[in-house]
Amino acid sequence: MSTPSAPATTAAAIAAGVRDGSLKAADIVEQHLAAIATREPEIHAFNLVLADEARAAAAQIDQRVAAGEDPGPLAGVTVALKDNMCTRGIPTTCSSKILEGWRPPYDATVVSTLRDAGAIVVGKTNLDEFAMGSSTENSAFGPTRNPHDTSRVPGGSSGGSAASVAAGFSQVSFGSDTGGSIRQPAALCGVVGVKPTYGYVSRYGLIAFASSLDQIGPFTNSVEDAALMLDVIGGHDPLDSTSIPQAHPSLRDAMQQDVAGLRIGRITDLPEGADPDVVERLEVAFDTLRAAGAKIVDVQVPAFTFGLTAYYLIAPAEASSNLARYDGVRYGMRVEAADTNAMYGATRAAGFGDEVKRRIMLGTYALSAGYYDAYYGKALKVRRLISDDFDRAYQHADVLLTPTSPSVAFQFGAKGDNPLAMYLCDTYTIPSNLSGQPGMSVPFGTGAHGLPVGVQVLAGTLQEPTMFRVAAALEAAATKERGLQNGGVR
Amino acid sequence: MSQYDGLPGDWQLVVGLEVHVELATATKLFSASPNRFGDEPNTNIDPVTLGLPGALPVLNEQAVELAMRIGAALNCTIQACTFHRKNYFYPDMPKAYQISQYDQPLNVDGYLDLPNGVRVGIERAHMEEDAGKSTHVGGSGGRVHGATYSLIDLNRAGVPLVEIVSRPDIHSADDARAYVNELRGILVAIDASDAKMEEGSMRVDANVSVHKPGTPLGTRCEIKNVNSVRSIGRAIEYEARRQIDLIEGGDVVRQQTRHWDEGDGRTHTLRSKEDADDYRYFLEPDLVPLAPSAEWIAKVKAALPMLPAARRARLADATGQAANSEAVTIVVDRGQDDYVLAIAAAGGDAARGLVYVKEAFADSPKVAAADVAVLTQMEVSGAITATQAKTVLAELVAKGGGDAAAIAAAHGFEAIDTSAVEAFVDEAIATDPDAWQKFCSGDAKAMGALVGLVMKASKGKADGKAVSASLQQRRSDHG
Repeated sequence: MSTPSAPATTAAAIAAGVRDGSLKAADIVEQHLAAIATREPEIHAFNLVLADEARAAAAQIDQRVAAGEDPGPLAGVTVALKDNMCTRGIPTTCSSKILEGWRPPYDATVVSTLRDAGAIVVGKTNLDEFAMGSSTENSAFGPTRNPHDTSRVPGGSSGGSAASVAAGFSQVSFGSDTGGSIRQPAALCGVVGVKPTYGYVSRYGLIAFASSLDQIGPFTNSVEDAALMLDVIGGHDPLDSTSIPQAHPSLRDAMQQDVAGLRIGRITDLPEGADPDVVERLEVAFDTLRAAGAKIVDVQVPAFTFGLTAYYLIAPAEASSNLARYDGVRYGMRVEAADTNAMYGATRAAGFGDEVKRRIMLGTYALSAGYYDAYYGKALKVRRLISDDFDRAYQHADVLLTPTSPSVAFQFGAKGDNPLAMYLCDTYTIPSNLSGQPGMSVPFGTGAHGLPVGVQVLAGTLQEPTMFRVAAALEAAATKERGLQNGGVR
Repeated sequence: MSQYDGLPGDWQLVVGLEVHVELATATKLFSASPNRFGDEPNTNIDPVTLGLPGALPVLNEQAVELAMRIGAALNCTIQACTFHRKNYFYPDMPKAYQISQYDQPLNVDGYLDLPNGVRVGIERAHMEEDAGKSTHVGGSGGRVHGATYSLIDLNRAGVPLVEIVSRPDIHSADDARAYVNELRGILVAIDASDAKMEEGSMRVDANVSVHKPGTPLGTRCEIKNVNSVRSIGRAIEYEARRQIDLIEGGDVVRQQTRHWDEGDGRTHTLRSKEDADDYRYFLEPDLVPLAPSAEWIAKVKAALPMLPAARRARLADATGQAANSEAVTIVVDRGQDDYVLAIAAAGGDAARGLVYVKEAFADSPKVAAADVAVLTQMEVSGAITATQAKTVLAELVAKGGGDAAAIAAAHGFEAIDTSAVEAFVDEAIATDPDAWQKFCSGDAKAMGALVGLVMKASKGKADGKAVSASLQQRRSDHG
């Protein structure tokens, strides 16, 4: 078992250094490219490393600094992008054969925003095909390995992005979270991962899995960096009708406030199934926050337990529609056949992997005439119930604390043949996608095999400021705890 | 003749029409690409139009405004609404779903009054995006079956449409034609669409069934590919006869979508209900609900121009003609009614003005209404004949205006008095006694020959009406 490279510093510190000339963006990029050169063959975090582009971007930023220009708030910060975000002229595959070789003619809004802010894209990261999975084993281009233990999965679907930060390949990275695809791999890789309120960040250019659930968010080494990233990429985008039409308060400012007096909710009817080591860490988290002056309150979210079932009707239903466009007519793979219908079938049979096909079939069935009311229609009602239950809970608690993942990182193949076991990985993360509310995973010590454990902080709609205050308190406690374990040496 | 003309026995025709109109917006329904007909194929495109991965739709406010205008003009309730996805695979449908409105359309429960007084209910008028255009090469009749390859033009993909669904209140082919004509007039009047069937900016599908009075409605068939107002009537009549023949032959009508073939004048099976796609409608998650404010709706209603029916009534009133007369209908159709009223306002004779405008101006008149007003007065006062007035009018049109009196004088036009007309008639009868005999024995065509002789002899100055009157008087005297 090898250890991941410790973060040298934070994105905030790098940007400050590059902006004042004390650091060179070129040096930052070389450090990360060196880390990639050393460990990427073993980890496989990337579908594509953009070394030349990153070097050119760094040179440009250093020139701007030299010329006295403002290089942006993220100057010199290296980022890795999940390979389901469109990058102009750069292959974007969703880790699927059906999109292999496709080069989007446009940048996702998040991508252009990051570039405009001075961030440097070092590569496109691996994912479960079309973001469907919890281990990154469903990639058509091979799995990503967990930097903490390469015999184990990094989680998914944004496994490549989580591994990139954990392995020091990039300072930060971005993923998308439809049912836990940022938070769960963040927990398994020991980094911070945030799924903001639905509509907080533009989805324009994010290749859709389930449009009403998908949301982009950051992976970082620190809570403050995550706040910084959301402060940069959050906000209304006229190209995304579902993006919230209002400005967001600075999370970097908000997180400075302590947690004294905050009400931390413990969900008494939370679905069981989390491993003892994970449950133990959650208890430590409650104790920590209580010690910091927060109040622990018991709440009930009865519909939480139905989240998984509702999700596996709603998400596949939307996916069956979103993925219908991959028909071989205009772009991506085409398998020639006798007529158009046969070409569709041959192309999609060859282009999609098993999990994607499984969900397309599930979703198509759930929406079909005669079955809609029993499946998709009922799932929508459950979704409503979950939102109502959360809203009631948030009248009594400012945030809720749960495990992020029921277990630490598992071995490759452990759940590969059992889709249901894999789906259970997202038990604790899915409900907040259904309610559209924010959630984040904060690394909080280690569990079995010395592997990272994440604690999930959930909050009400647009309550990111409170969520980040709690996350910062947990981070501080975890850092202190680690220091004590290391004999006071960090 | 019964109201259900063309159908044998006591069969009754029941028709509902679904009319798709392309909105006259600057850009597409969900993207900034131009909404323009006739451009080089696949040039008005963008990531949204192409359905590229990651692209998202953003609703066009101008399209909503035009759709609301249609709702207001059709007396609909304009309401908060949502968009759904209608899922199906077709190569010219880039996302493999069409964004349309389903159970909560923008406009519901309106009506359209036909010129003959029949009121046709409007069930809904909803917004949706158009598909691209496929051109099938190598098959027969432009159909995909048997084609060797197909070309796709996505300029039309994403063009905003409003689908106007009538209730099955139409009971004759004539009323179906009248409905389409009236609807087209309204759409053009409110600047919502150019509504050209030949360019496809207005497309009509007809749901046709037959039944006998007092019995339940029959099974309907949907007729597609009806590309002109004339074909609407033909297709409906053909389809009704086909259904009656089936039933009377002991067979049943099966619910089908049928394709109208203009060439052979028949409808052909396209697909039956059993093979219909399951569209798996669900709420479009990339858009938010649309809830036009009461202020917006009120503003749209207040800004509606006068609609064709009201304009016909106004013109009929001013000219003393029937509101559904050909001249009134045509002139309002062409949007020339304001011009006729301007002629009257300038002191002209409204009735003659109406006739002049109908006859002489195919499109928007370029002659000052006052100039035409003078001419109508010259004719009405008897200063010149109708025939002469026509000549002067033609010259006014050619020159773009002028002094009608001066033009008439330059031609040497003056009224010929009654005695002069009588002399010319005497001369004509003498010249062609055969024609006179035939005319007396009832041959109407013979009168033309005699009038022609008078016109020739008078160099066109004789008033044709006075000549006919004289001939008829003489015949009854003679008889």
